[in-house]
Amino acid sequence: MNLRPDPTFHPSPRMAMAAPPETLAYTLMLSPDFSQPDALAVVDVDPSSGTCGQIVHMLAMPNKGDEFHHFGWNACSSALSPLTGHAFLQRRYLIIPGIRSSRIYVIDTQPDPRKPTIHKIIEPEELFARTGYSRPHTVHCGPEGVYVSTLGGGGADGTDGPPGIFIMDCETFEIRGRWEMDRGPQDKHYDFWWNLPRDYMVSSEWGLPPQYENGVVPEDLLANRYGHSLHFWDLRARRHVQTIDLGANHQMALEVRPAHDPAKEYGFLGVVVDTNNLEGSIWTWWREGGKFHCEKTAAIPAEPADKDALPPLLQGFGAVPPLVTDIDLSLDDRFLYVACWGTGELRQYDVSEPRRPTLAGSVHLGGVVRNTAHPSGKAFGYGPQMLEISRDGKRVYWTNSLYSTWDDQFYPGERGGAMVKADVGPDGGLTLDPAFHVEFPKGYRAHQIRLEGGDCSTDSFCYPNV
Amino acid sequence: MFEQSTALLWLAVLGSGLYHGLNPGMGWPLAVSAGLMNGGAGHRGRAHLLRALGPLALGHFAAMLAMLLPFAALATLARHQEEIRLAASALLILAGAALLVWRRHPRALARIPPSRLALWSFAVAIAHGAGLMLLPAYLGLCAAGSAGPEAAGALMAGAAGAALMVAAAHAAAMIAAGGAVALLVHGWLGLSFLRRGWFDLSIVWALSLILVGAATLQPQLWSA
Repeated sequence: MNLRPDPTFHPSPRMAMAAPPETLAYTLMLSPDFSQPDALAVVDVDPSSGTCGQIVHMLAMPNKGDEFHHFGWNACSSALSPLTGHAFLQRRYLIIPGIRSSRIYVIDTQPDPRKPTIHKIIEPEELFARTGYSRPHTVHCGPEGVYVSTLGGGGADGTDGPPGIFIMDCETFEIRGRWEMDRGPQDKHYDFWWNLPRDYMVSSEWGLPPQYENGVVPEDLLANRYGHSLHFWDLRARRHVQTIDLGANHQMALEVRPAHDPAKEYGFLGVVVDTNNLEGSIWTWWREGGKFHCEKTAAIPAEPADKDALPPLLQGFGAVPPLVTDIDLSLDDRFLYVACWGTGELRQYDVSEPRRPTLAGSVHLGGVVRNTAHPSGKAFGYGPQMLEISRDGKRVYWTNSLYSTWDDQFYPGERGGAMVKADVGPDGGLTLDPAFHVEFPKGYRAHQIRLEGGDCSTDSFCYPNV
Repeated sequence: MFEQSTALLWLAVLGSGLYHGLNPGMGWPLAVSAGLMNGGAGHRGRAHLLRALGPLALGHFAAMLAMLLPFAALATLARHQEEIRLAASALLILAGAALLVWRRHPRALARIPPSRLALWSFAVAIAHGAGLMLLPAYLGLCAAGSAGPEAAGALMAGAAGAALMVAAAHAAAMIAAGGAVALLVHGWLGLSFLRRGWFDLSIVWALSLILVGAATLQPQLWSA
C-alpha cells in the first residue's frame, strides 16, 4: 500500500522526462501459427548491466492462439488527476488482451519486475457477456478505470453490432461494461486517446474482423472499405460529438497520438495507405473554436520496385507502399516517429510546428525490397513496426511484426522476431545501436513494447508543463 | 463558561474547515490545475486559480448545508435532544466504518466533467461524509442557542440560521486553507509538491469520523 503517489506517476510530461531512465522493457511475443502459447518477454535495457539487450525472463500463457498485440498498465500518471482521487494506485499490473481469442490476462510485475506472474485471466465469454464486444486492442487507464478498445462486435466473426470501448475496474479487473452512451455513426474501431483536463477523446478505425483476421482483403482495400474516419467524443458524457472523414482513399486510420502536454489541443494520426498512389500519411488534428479539424501534414511516397522483388499481393502495383503502421510522439511533443513497415524505414519528424512536420532523421532497416541488415550484421526480417520511445526521448525501441496473417502476405516465409534500439541525437537524428539486437525464440514474433515505469504511448498527464 | 464552550464549538467548526481544505481530496489540486491549464504559471494563471476557488467553496458549503438542514428540521423535537445527539454519533461512526471497509472511490464522481467545479466539490464532500464532521458542533451550538420553550417555527428558523452560519464559516475556513495551499503550489512549491505532499488520508479521514462520532457520545464536551 502506498501512502504517497507511486513514484512513476508524474504530474506533467516534463517531470516524467526527468525521471530515472528505464532498465526493463516488456515485449509481447506471439506464435503466428498458434502452435505455441503467446508470452511476455522481459528485456534488459540497462546499459550498465551485463545482460543488456537480452531476454532475461519469459512468461508463457496457459493457452494457445491468443495473438498478443497491444497492452497497457492498470494505472499511470492519469491517477494524479485532481478529479478522481486515485492517486494511491500502483503501476503494477499489465493488462494484455489476446486480439484473436478475446481473452485478457492481468500480469503482476511485483514483487520482482524481472519475473512477472499471472494475476488473473478473464475468459472471452465473460467479455462477450458483459459488453457484446470482442477482439480487445488498445488499453489506457483513465478517470473511470481501465479503458479498452475493441475491433469486433458480437457473433462468431465479430460483426454482430459495432465494436467499441469497455471499462474495467482498475483494482479488481472486473469488466464493468460498455463505455459509449451515444456512439453516433461510429461503426469501426482501432485506437483511442484523450486530453483528460479538456475532457475529450479521439478514436480511429482499422477494419472489421473479417477484413483483417485472415489477412488484408485486397478487394476491400481497393474498394476503400477499410476505416478512414476520426471520431471525437465528450469523454465524461461518453458521447460522440464529431466525425472527420479523411476521404475514402485514406485507408486505415490507425494510431492516435495527442500532444502529451494537456494545455495543447492537438495531436497526430497515421494513415496506412492512400489507394490512389500507395503513399502513407501523417495527419494533424486540432481543436479550435469548439470544433475539431484535421489535415494531412506529411506524405511518404511509395517506392517503385521490380515485379519479381515483390510478394504476389503487391506485384500488380510495381511499387512498395511505405505502410505507416505505427507512430509515436516524444514526451516533449517535439519528435514524431513514423514506422514505414513496407519500405523498411523509421522516420523522425520534428513537429515543433504541429501542422508543419519536417523530416529530422531516418534509418533504414528491413523492408520488402530494401531488406536492409542491422549494423550488427544480423538480418532484420519484416520492417520497423511497433515503436516505443524512452521517457527522456533519447532512445527509440521497435519490433518488426505487424499482425500474423499480414506479415505472411507482405513478407512470405518466417523472418524471425526482433527488437532493436536507436539513439536520438540532441537535435534530432537517429543512429541504430549495433550492440542492441534482441532475437526472439524460434517460431515467435514480437509486437508491442512497454517500458518499466511508463513510456510515450502509455501515460496521460493532467497538468501542463510549466 | 457559556462563552468559553461556544467559542470552542466555533473553533471546531473552523478547525474542521481547515482540515477539509488541506485535504487534496477536497479540491485544492483542481484549483492549481485550473490556474495552470487556463493561464499558466504567472499572474494570469493565479487569477484563474482564484476564480476556481469560488465554485469549490460553494459546492462545499452546499454539501455542509445539505447535511445540517435535516437536523435543523428536527429542532422542534427539543425534548429528544439526547436521542438526536446519539443518532448523529451513530451516523458518524457508521460512516467512518463504512469508509474504512469500502476503500474504493465511487465511480460516479469520475463522470463529473472538469468544468463543473461546484458540482464536483458538492459531490465529493457528500461522498466522503465531510458534513457529518460538523454535526456535533452544530448540535451543540443549537442547544446553546435555545434558551427555553419557544414556538416550533421560531425554533426551526433559529436552527436553520445556525446551520447557514456554521456551513458558511466552515466553508470559508476550508477554502482559505485549500486556496492557500493551491497558491503556494502554483506560485512557489511547484507541481513536484503533488508527489511529496499528497498523502493517502483515507484511513485518517475515516478514523476522524469515528473519533468525532465517539466524542459526540460525551455530552459534556458539546453542551454549551
